[in-house]
Amino acid sequence: MRYFDYIQPENIKQASESAGRDWRKALLYAGGTDLLGLIKNEVESPAALINLKAIPGLNGIEYSEREGLTIGALVKLSQLSAHEVVREKYSVLEQALKETASPQLRNMGTIGGNLCQRPRCWYFRGDFHCLRKGGDICYAVDGENKYHCVIGGGPCFIVHPSDPAVALLTLDAGVTIASAKGTKRVALKDFFVLPEDDIYRENILQPGEIVTHIHVPPVSEKTVSGYIKFRERGAWDFAVVSVAATLRINGDTIIDGKAAFGGVAPKPWQEEKINQKLKGLSVKPGNFESLSAEVLKEAEPLNQNAFKLPLVRNLLKRLLVQLTAS
Amino acid sequence: MKKINIRFKVNGRQADLNIAPNKRLLDVLRDDLGLTGTKEGCDIGECGACTVVLNGRAVHSCLILAAQANGAEIITVEGLTQNGELHPLQKNFLEHGAVQCGFCIPGMLLSSYALLKENPHPREDDIKEAIAGNLCRCTGYKQIIQAVEAAANENNE
Repeated sequence: MRYFDYIQPENIKQASESAGRDWRKALLYAGGTDLLGLIKNEVESPAALINLKAIPGLNGIEYSEREGLTIGALVKLSQLSAHEVVREKYSVLEQALKETASPQLRNMGTIGGNLCQRPRCWYFRGDFHCLRKGGDICYAVDGENKYHCVIGGGPCFIVHPSDPAVALLTLDAGVTIASAKGTKRVALKDFFVLPEDDIYRENILQPGEIVTHIHVPPVSEKTVSGYIKFRERGAWDFAVVSVAATLRINGDTIIDGKAAFGGVAPKPWQEEKINQKLKGLSVKPGNFESLSAEVLKEAEPLNQNAFKLPLVRNLLKRLLVQLTAS
Repeated sequence: MKKINIRFKVNGRQADLNIAPNKRLLDVLRDDLGLTGTKEGCDIGECGACTVVLNGRAVHSCLILAAQANGAEIITVEGLTQNGELHPLQKNFLEHGAVQCGFCIPGMLLSSYALLKENPHPREDDIKEAIAGNLCRCTGYKQIIQAVEAAANENNE
């Protein structure tokens, strides 16, 4: 692995200033499970790594009935999925966390790092000077594109690899972003970007900006939620596609709800039209069938990945049936 | 090159090192401390051959900078044997024929060790989940699972 300096700031201001204004000079370092792979593959070649570990306040999980969950960005995935409140109230998040990677990776990987991880596209990770790395071609267009996106792509066709992000979208989560200048809070749905907005990055972070906390609003007692991930290997893998849903149910009616989809787009994907239709929907298999048929209507699959459309629609139907069964 | 000082405990012994920041924990264990029981397989966190226990949790030593382990307590396969006596997991791996080529075994042992520390009464599914990040290319998973079950039963007797 090539040489880099190792900087250990003691507060956000120092960290932000060390990060400077250029991604090539310094990168933020949390669990390292994604970044070390990128450095080994020479996708990233930073002059310095900025280890966030010594910065206070990024390791806790807090809960209040008014604010909901506040999760420090350095909380490990395994630590978060084992948290009592997450297990009790946020099933969709617990399930997505447990479906992420392997035990070893969940013991090191952080929730902040998971949201900021880079795509797994084999051209991006491999020895190809692709669009996302400053080249002038997306090799997936005419190449092996079975696992690439079916919607939201162009001119680059990655999918976002995070499972928890898909779950968190259905929970209306937000993130706090800090820098030397101050802090701001952004809804998670506005955190991720499409290639048409920024071909080089997957989110709105600028150099020197740091995700410090993830906020998940409280959920009512009538809320049910869940996550289904389809992967090709039984043991562990990234999602081929995944579906998350959080529903508020009264009797035989979904009062309101949100669905989100992973493995289909360059960002964790939501469709406003689907969320609108969930509102007031009667719990009937026929309704779930017609709702699911509306999902990803605007999709334009590549030549090897049209299979994702029936898969994601059927998984949504299955999840809605499961969540409304009791 | 600016080196950094780190210190951690490996198998109960203090280690003080002055290392390059781009050294992985795996490099330091094998090259600087001579603990070659920890193996390098894929180098990208997929195979689990490099698994060690760090602060009670199974982790990939190939995806951790040695600097990240500063202050930690680490257990490698060399640390499982106490006073010349094999750990119950090791004995049961041998008895159940769970060792074929042996390359994955240090990682398998440490993932199982971390499991039994946290959950002394694992069900079969818990064992499968605990070793989900460890690949055995001889495909001897069944015997490995049986060995972990037997070690857990022995511990609980």
